[in-house]
Amino acid sequence: MATYPDNLYYTKDHEWIRAEGESGVVGVSDFAQEQLGDIVHVQLPKIGEKFSAHDTFGEVESVKTFSELYLPVSGEVIEVNELLTDSPELVNSSPYDEGWMIKIKMKDSGELDSLLSSSEYEDFIESQKED
Amino acid sequence: MIDFGGWDMPVQYPAGTIEEHLAVRTSAGLFDVSHMGEIEIRGPQALELVQLITSNDAAKLAEGQIQYSALTYPEGTFVDDILVHCIRGDYFFICVNAANTEKDYEWVLRQAGNFDAEVFNTSANYSQLAIQGPKSLAVLQPLVDVDLAEIKYYWFRRGQVNGVSAMIARTGYTGEDGFEVYFDPAESERIWNEILEAGNEQGILPCGLAARNTLRLEAKMALYGNDIDQTTTLLEADLGWICKLGKGDFIGRDVLARQKEAGVQRKLVGFEVTDRGIARDHNPILIDGKEVSVVSSGSPAPFLKKNIGLAYLPIEHSTIGSPIEIDVRGRRLAAVVVQTPFYKRNK
Repeated sequence: MATYPDNLYYTKDHEWIRAEGESGVVGVSDFAQEQLGDIVHVQLPKIGEKFSAHDTFGEVESVKTFSELYLPVSGEVIEVNELLTDSPELVNSSPYDEGWMIKIKMKDSGELDSLLSSSEYEDFIESQKED
Repeated sequence: MIDFGGWDMPVQYPAGTIEEHLAVRTSAGLFDVSHMGEIEIRGPQALELVQLITSNDAAKLAEGQIQYSALTYPEGTFVDDILVHCIRGDYFFICVNAANTEKDYEWVLRQAGNFDAEVFNTSANYSQLAIQGPKSLAVLQPLVDVDLAEIKYYWFRRGQVNGVSAMIARTGYTGEDGFEVYFDPAESERIWNEILEAGNEQGILPCGLAARNTLRLEAKMALYGNDIDQTTTLLEADLGWICKLGKGDFIGRDVLARQKEAGVQRKLVGFEVTDRGIARDHNPILIDGKEVSVVSSGSPAPFLKKNIGLAYLPIEHSTIGSPIEIDVRGRRLAAVVVQTPFYKRNK
């Protein structure tokens, strides 16, 4: 059963962001990693790259296919998870912890308000399943 | 589940593509390949008809023997790639690609006019299960009444699988030892479950379409629609070994004979991506910055732990070690032509 920690904000594209002051750590949800299956490659941006909310910041690939990663809020990349280069499977085994993807300096932390809470995201997933 | 030529088929089972792939390389995997088509040709001139429509030499087949072959167009290109089973000298059983079944059947019927032979599309009469991997024989043996060790690679026998009459062929599409079993569809669910149960201790896994694709790619077995089709000749596809120009006339023979003499301009080769990243089907291939081709099949290779693929390259760039670049959604990845098959089992 997938879990959705309370201290994160979520998007309908299945990314999460954890606010740490002016910074935010970004990854994909437990639901997303389950749907993707075994992750074999993660393509991440370089430090210093700037993105607007909803921009594509990278890709995650399974054996069969790839999915784009969308940034939940605007910001500048200040750190990337180098471990994913050799161990992309961390996204499967630890989507909220060791499988984090990038850390950004948020342009406007007010953008977080437009994201989903844990319970809203869970409801969203349930509604998708019913379709 | 995805729609595959009208069949609902699982891309993967709960274990996931990588586990399924590794099970076949190290133990055993079970595939439901009932979507594959079957065309049967019978009659006094069955052999003559098969010889006309296929590129390999069916006259070399003994009863109970199988050969990889191609149905060919006059251009020397592929109607389909097939397995020809010789049931008797006047009775051939051809296994064809699911999506091509109707097209193949129509094509064979059209060629059959002047022959004393009948052509049947018997696809609905058979379920086909493929049990593949080094432990296939050990798993399947207790369920069957024939000595599987006596069936050589690319031969078949008739027998019973848990009481169901079946054709048991030592063939497959994974690069491993294994068997493909054809039998009455009414029994397919039961036989499927019984094989899985029999292989439980050895770690058999049910395998989906994704693992079937990665396994065949590691073994450089062509996929119709990706690596070969009506626009590629047998020689370009590097399948000269099923192109028996000396056997007598067959459809496309003249073109292939001329091409063999002149030499092909392009060839299907294997490549390995040396940069980090995965080449996928249809990604453009560049040489000296110019697009020269596209990836015909590209994927991670779960057993080899590399990113590999197949592509038609200009003949002057097709030698082992030749560098190419692949455009993966705007990123240029370095790759190199390598020896194939990428994976070869220890016999």
